[in-house]
Amino acid sequence: MKHFLDITRETCPMTFVKVKLKLAQINTGEQLEVLLNEGEPLQNVPRSCEEQGFKVLSNEPTDEAGKHMLVIEK
Amino acid sequence: MTLPTDKKKISIVCFSGDFDKIVAAFTIATGAAATNREVTMFFTFWGLNALKKKKGRVATGKSIMAKTFNFLMGGLNNLPLSRLNFFGASPKLMTGMMKKHNVATLPELVEAAHALGIRMVACEMAMHILEIEKSEMIEEVQDVAGVATFLNESENAHIIFI
Repeated sequence: MKHFLDITRETCPMTFVKVKLKLAQINTGEQLEVLLNEGEPLQNVPRSCEEQGFKVLSNEPTDEAGKHMLVIEK
Repeated sequence: MTLPTDKKKISIVCFSGDFDKIVAAFTIATGAAATNREVTMFFTFWGLNALKKKKGRVATGKSIMAKTFNFLMGGLNNLPLSRLNFFGASPKLMTGMMKKHNVATLPELVEAAHALGIRMVACEMAMHILEIEKSEMIEEVQDVAGVATFLNESENAHIIFI
């Protein structure tokens, strides 16, 4: 099952916090799509997910400028 | 999924009861917990105001002095800005500015801290002085402890004093 989270309107520290809390809710093996902004969230959200043992499956820019879509597997 | 076993630890001493400093403390705490650090917040003196169950001004305590202090300090809704407080108007204006810029407000940060399982400890000595009982504090306060417990728990942790 795929879950989705948009953190483009969030600022630090809620960007990480929302991702962390969402990942805590989903089951192991499930995927979470995260829409995020370039800059601080893009630099830090994928890294902190990997540090916690989650797999970042893809990290691609979207059609909308300045936004990226991240797919994380728990 | 494999989780690293040696989690980094951060202990934050929340001494100040100033609105902006408590916001800073909760921002660091939630950011640290969300990036897989084990976080303890140790509240002492004015910082205890942020943990009171009653968020407004209530004259709690037994002695007249404690009642006066507790009434004048109030709770989470009365934390003053460390500068330019303007008799309590500024924290409300600041909260409005935070909302406008999509920055988490203090109640949102506190809620996130609870959701992330941040450990909250209240200082026994300061509670004695200000005559605040554990029952008068929010349920998320796991422990009432002294400096020895704080130091033991902060072994191998970064300690931040705010």
